Formats: sequence, structure tokens, C-alpha cells
Amino acid sequence: MSISWQKVLVPIIAMAVLLAAWEALVWYMGWPKFKMAAPSDLWPAYLRFQDLFWIYGWQTLWRTVAGLMLAVVFGTLIGMIMGLSRIMNDALYPILVGFNAIPKATVVPVVALMFVGQHDFNTILIAFLISFFPIAVSVAIGLSTLEPEYRDILRSLGASRFTVFWKIALPKTLPEFFGALKVAVTLAFIGTNLVEIITPHGRGLGHLFQSAQINSDFPLMFAVLIALAALGIFLYYIVVALERIFAGWAERSPT
Amino acid sequence: MGNLIEIKGVTHAYKTKAGPFPVLRELDIAIPEGSFCAVVGPSGCGKSTLTRLIAGLMFPDQGEVWLHGELVRSPRKTVGMAFQNPVLLEWRTILQNVILPLEIVAPRMPKRDKEARARELLALVGLEGFENKRPSELSGGMRQRASLCRSLVHRPDVLILDEPFGALDAFTREDLWQTMHELRVKEPVTAVLITHDLRESVYLGDQVVVLSGRPATTQYVMEIPIPGPRPLEMLYTPESVERLAVLRRQIQIAQGRAEEEA
Repeated sequence: MSISWQKVLVPIIAMAVLLAAWEALVWYMGWPKFKMAAPSDLWPAYLRFQDLFWIYGWQTLWRTVAGLMLAVVFGTLIGMIMGLSRIMNDALYPILVGFNAIPKATVVPVVALMFVGQHDFNTILIAFLISFFPIAVSVAIGLSTLEPEYRDILRSLGASRFTVFWKIALPKTLPEFFGALKVAVTLAFIGTNLVEIITPHGRGLGHLFQSAQINSDFPLMFAVLIALAALGIFLYYIVVALERIFAGWAERSPT
Repeated sequence: MGNLIEIKGVTHAYKTKAGPFPVLRELDIAIPEGSFCAVVGPSGCGKSTLTRLIAGLMFPDQGEVWLHGELVRSPRKTVGMAFQNPVLLEWRTILQNVILPLEIVAPRMPKRDKEARARELLALVGLEGFENKRPSELSGGMRQRASLCRSLVHRPDVLILDEPFGALDAFTREDLWQTMHELRVKEPVTAVLITHDLRESVYLGDQVVVLSGRPATTQYVMEIPIPGPRPLEMLYTPESVERLAVLRRQIQIAQGRAEEEA
């Protein structure tokens, strides 16, 4: 009992202390609303634009999830190619690293120019581009570091490469895959918001944030940030739940 | 009884950047059906290469490997392997781990029969009641027992054991040696046992082959005509002490040669 109380109560108290400190700081410094928002300003700001929060929040969410799903499919595919073939690994690795090194904020205008007006497509594309790298790398490493004995127990029976992949290599990389997916979730959100803020198109929470910024509406800006955090936490825990289902065996029991 | 495994004049070198790296040279081993052949030799002398050649995972530059009167040209479904690392699949239960080879060798076998066969073997090695545990819940010795079951579940005629007891503590190892003798009564196989432990080779082997230093060739063959299952006390008889002394001397010769060539 006491442990479950600790799990619930301690984070709530920590959150309350943080919010109180923030509120006190704004009150003590006497900052007006066009300079800084206090936590007590956020709820009224949310209520004022409640409909927009839900509409834009949904737009941000579905485009992020779509980009993320593309990243899972292509990242896994590229990771498989790199993990199973040393030649492809040597060929693709520098390209991937170079591509990943490009700040995605600079890619957004390029994409926006290439596909003018295709805002949904552009957003999904950037969310995908920014988040597939960790997935590809983790799958590639998971596959290429498979101990030869694991392969030999099946290969010695005449099993095909595909069987070895399906029965051993793929499940064995699942913990690494989910580790990367947790990173990718956050990255995909960054990608979606980059597009929504840099090339506004009247869609997504990024757009709401930008409108607030133009008006120096600090309460609204912070309310959007908190809404984004809430979406991020929501997606993150969906990934955690999937991990429990598909790779729960990798978790050590506490004893 | 004919020889089930025959290795004839096998020479093999790995190709490296610095040129060919010879590991085996003119190696000859003959193992009669149903017998255990323990292979000992200095470390790094190519013993693991030998297992991969017998399993058909690799092919020698020269010479031939024959199983059951057939030249080995590809992997065969009648081979079982166990390694120093038990390599159990962490996401499967012990029972599902043992079944794994049957999924490859006999995909159409009814699930119930597969499980019955696996349970039978698990009971033989004392793992009854652990069928639904995960590998991470078992001790090192128990995992190795499960690995042995997996190597035997599809009734292979050739069992390849690459130092399966090497990473276990001394007491667990002796337990597993006895289990191995008990398994041989119920599950007759022809086995190659790679080991670094001379006592293990004398206790389990019907013949002990000493390999020379790299490139390895057959340096010495000792027959141990004592029927199994052998009691552990067998290791303390004067004959066994004598055999161990002879083998130790042979290993020293093998190591000395390796140093001369290095």
C-alpha cells in the first residue's frame, strides 16, 4: 500500500511545489502578463481557446503519429538492410549520419518550397525525417551484434536466413527498438511543431503558439507548451505500454 | 559398428588481410556410431572451427567430413549443437526454447507432440516444473541443462558440444557430467565434445583426441573402453590418474610445439 501511495503522491507533491515556486516568482517580481505568465493564468488562457486547443491538438497528434509510423516502417527496413549486410552498412552509414547532422529547421523551408500547400504531407514528412534515424541505428546495431551462436543453433538445422531473422534476430532487437522509439516519439513532436511554427498554415498547436507569440500572449504560449507536453507524455506512455506487451520479457524482476 | 563421423585429412585456413591463417592441418578423426569423442587441445587451436565443419556451417579447404556415410555439403537436420553460452531465447519459456529445433525440423508435428517430447527431456535432466519459467529465472547450470535438451529434442544422430560446461562452477559441472551419462542411456547419440578440462574428457569420452597447437592436427588418440554410465569415482581410479597424466603430457607437447612455431 505504502509503495503505491508513494508512486502517486510523491510526483503530485513535486509538481505542486514546482508550480508554487513558479507562481511565487512571478508574483514576487511583479511581472505583467505580457512579460511572463504565472501558472494561475494558464487555465483561463486554455478556457478562452478551448475549442482550438482540441482541434489543433488533434491535428498535431495525428500528423506526429503518422510521421512516427512511417519512421518505424522505414527505420526498421533501413536498419534491417544495414544490420544484415555489411556492404550496405558501409554504404548507408555515412549518408545517414550526414543527413541526421543537418538541422531539420533548415529542411523545413526546402520541403515547404518543394511541396507548396501540401501542409499535412510536409508536416508528416519532417516528423518522419527527424525521427527515423534512432530507429534505423538501433535495429541495425541489434541485428549486427547478434552472437553467432544464436544463428548457429538454427543454421545448423538448415534454417533459412529469413527464419533466423524472424525467430531470433527480430525478437531479440525489440528492447533496443523500443528504446529508440521512445526517443523517436519526442523527436517526431519536434518535427511536427517545427513545420507548424516555421511554415504556419493555420493548423496544429504550433500555429496556436505562433499566434500567441505575435500577440505577446504569454499565458497562451505557456498553455500551448503544457498542452504539447501532455500530448508528448500521452504518446510516450503508449509506447511504454506497447513495450510491456511486446518486450516485457526484457524487464528484470526487482528481486 | 561403422564410423558415424569421419574427418579425413581436413586442412583449413581463414582468409585474413595478412594472408591465409591456417587453423587445421591434415586432421583425422573417426568416431564410431553411438560413441563420445572428447577433443582437447591448447586454446585457440581451431576446436570451434572443427565443430562448424562437422555441422556443415563451413567447408574445409581440403579434406572431407563424412556423416553417416554421406559427404557433408550443407547443414543437416540431424545435428544438435550446444555451446558454452547456452543462448536461450529470453522471450520464450524454457519449454518453448526446447521446442525451437522442432519448429525447423518438423514444422508439421502437432504442438502437443512437440511439447510432450520437450517435457520428456526436461524431466530427464531434472527440470520438471520449470517448463514455464523464463531463462532469466534459472541458474547457469539449469540454463545449460535446458540448452542440452534443446540440442537433443529433434533426436539428432550427431551431437556437437562446444565446451558446454566450461562456464559452470566445479560442482555444477560434475552434476552435469553425470546428467550427460544418464542422457546417453535414454538418448543414444554420437557426440563430439570440445573441452579444456582433461577430467571431463576422461569421464565423458569413449575416446580422447589431443589436437596439436595451431595449425591443429591429430596428435594423440586415447581409447577409454569403460562402459557408461560411469560413476564419478571412476575419475579416482589408478587407471584414470594414469590416463590424465598421459593426456597432460600430450597437452604440454602440443603447447610446446605451438610456442616453437610462434
